[in-house]
Amino acid sequence: MDFDPKRHFYPWLPFFTLLRKEILRFWRVSTQTLIAPIVTAGLYLLVFGATLGDRLSIVEGFSYAQFVIPGLIMMGVINNSFANTSSSLFMSRYLGGIVDLLVTPVSPPQFIMAYTLAAMLRGLLVGSVVWIISTMFANLPWESPFLGILMAMLASFMFAQFGLIAAIYAQSFDTISMYTSFLIMPLIFLGGVFYPISILPEPWGNFSHLNPLFYLIDGFRHALIGFGDTSYLVAFGFSGVLAVILFIWAAWLIGKGHRLRG
Amino acid sequence: MYIRAMSALVIKNLHKSFDGVPAVKGVDFTINRGEIFGLLGPNGAGKSTIINMIAGVVRLGSGSITAFGYDNQRDYRHTRRMLGVVHQEVVIDNFFTIDQALQLHAGYYGVKDDPVWRQLLIDRLGLRPHLHKVMLKLSGGLKRRFMIAKAMIHRPQLLILDEPTAGVDVELRHGLWDFVREINRQGTTILLTTHYLEEAEEMCDRIAIMNHGDLIALEETHELVRRLSNRQLRLWLVEPLAAVPAGLENCQPQLKADGRMLLLNLPAKVDVGSILSQLCSQQLQIRDIETDQSSLEEVFIQLTGMNGGTNGL
Repeated sequence: MDFDPKRHFYPWLPFFTLLRKEILRFWRVSTQTLIAPIVTAGLYLLVFGATLGDRLSIVEGFSYAQFVIPGLIMMGVINNSFANTSSSLFMSRYLGGIVDLLVTPVSPPQFIMAYTLAAMLRGLLVGSVVWIISTMFANLPWESPFLGILMAMLASFMFAQFGLIAAIYAQSFDTISMYTSFLIMPLIFLGGVFYPISILPEPWGNFSHLNPLFYLIDGFRHALIGFGDTSYLVAFGFSGVLAVILFIWAAWLIGKGHRLRG
Repeated sequence: MYIRAMSALVIKNLHKSFDGVPAVKGVDFTINRGEIFGLLGPNGAGKSTIINMIAGVVRLGSGSITAFGYDNQRDYRHTRRMLGVVHQEVVIDNFFTIDQALQLHAGYYGVKDDPVWRQLLIDRLGLRPHLHKVMLKLSGGLKRRFMIAKAMIHRPQLLILDEPTAGVDVELRHGLWDFVREINRQGTTILLTTHYLEEAEEMCDRIAIMNHGDLIALEETHELVRRLSNRQLRLWLVEPLAAVPAGLENCQPQLKADGRMLLLNLPAKVDVGSILSQLCSQQLQIRDIETDQSSLEEVFIQLTGMNGGTNGL
């Protein structure tokens, strides 16, 4: 009997299955992947919203809570998008489960898309819940909802790619946590989450313009409250270019099977 | 394109090196559709490297691999759709139960979940009582059985078993081989490597033996054993002989037991019948006959230059 491998083969089913698996993966450990980061963000909101929020104002016309909330939302998006791809892919590499995918017809573009979309979903889910909680502390005017959502998506996409790259190069779980502790968190904190970089003395203000996270946070805040240290064009332009570079890098590594295939 | 190729797998001039050290050195072989093909060799011979190149876990060095007429580089999606692989290492995903993992695996292969087939595999491999357990809770034997179910869930045309019975008990081993024979009868081609040479001898239609990255033998199993084994014929005589009979020089004849036993080492192309006819024509009276033939294991040791039993195979 002749067998036709194209018959009963649904070319996009591998992608949807991998996407489903990646979503189920973080959903099953939601205490760790969703609730914990939301609690952390909630504590920041409590400190900067309920206690300092109305007593401080570092930008005229806005409470400190209004200023800081977009940055905290973005922090949730960035951290969780990165954590999802980096931990999932590294764990697969480390425990050997990656071979289960390498022997299947999942193509490299499908592989990247599935991991990226699941990471974006987790990041945006955390960001959305943080935003909902933040409404208890301050109202955001949502100057440009479309651009705000676009920037959040761009940030989650960018850090999903970065997570893939980190997982491929990482030698141990320590390396992954080093990326978070020594790269992402410092860049977030120095990227203007808690203060406008325009208040920094030189050269620190200029240095801050080299921080890629500044553009994501500033662009998002600009869209949400109508105040930004830089223009939309610069924020989106810089973030967009960086996202494309990271995507090409991740796609090249996965297409080549770098450190995935022997 | 329908599969019309008679061959399940064609490997041509396959090479692979790791950090400049050659692991596979220009290997060629073909696996026919519907056969059970054994790939044997000591550790580091290159068997797993070849299997991993077929499956796509290891990148091709050079050469070509064609499965059912599809090139595994150019048409990798269709090739992989037709392959099922049971890896040497136990690979499990601790997030899911057996049932969930099997459903996901069908999807990875672009095949819709077939509950009837899934249930059949679950029953046939004795997984039903453990269906809703997460992988972490499974014993080693159950994990092995799950890996076979996982490799079969998309009904592959070629099932690759890379030492599937390593470290499993005798009962499970027999059960697994029965299942492999059953799916082979239903049309699935099998490529297997195993450390248990007696199993390979019993299971495989043809056997390829690798050593240091080279293919050093490839023949039908019985032919390989027959051609390379030492067959001995012991003839117990009614009357003792003082000298070996004439015409037996190519059998290295020796007289033992005070001339009452004639020991012959039979070359591959000499059959026992012709020897007996020859001796009968010389009026030699034979009381009893004993024959002895070495096993695949002895052939394997002879070919690979290993000794001291099967340690390290």
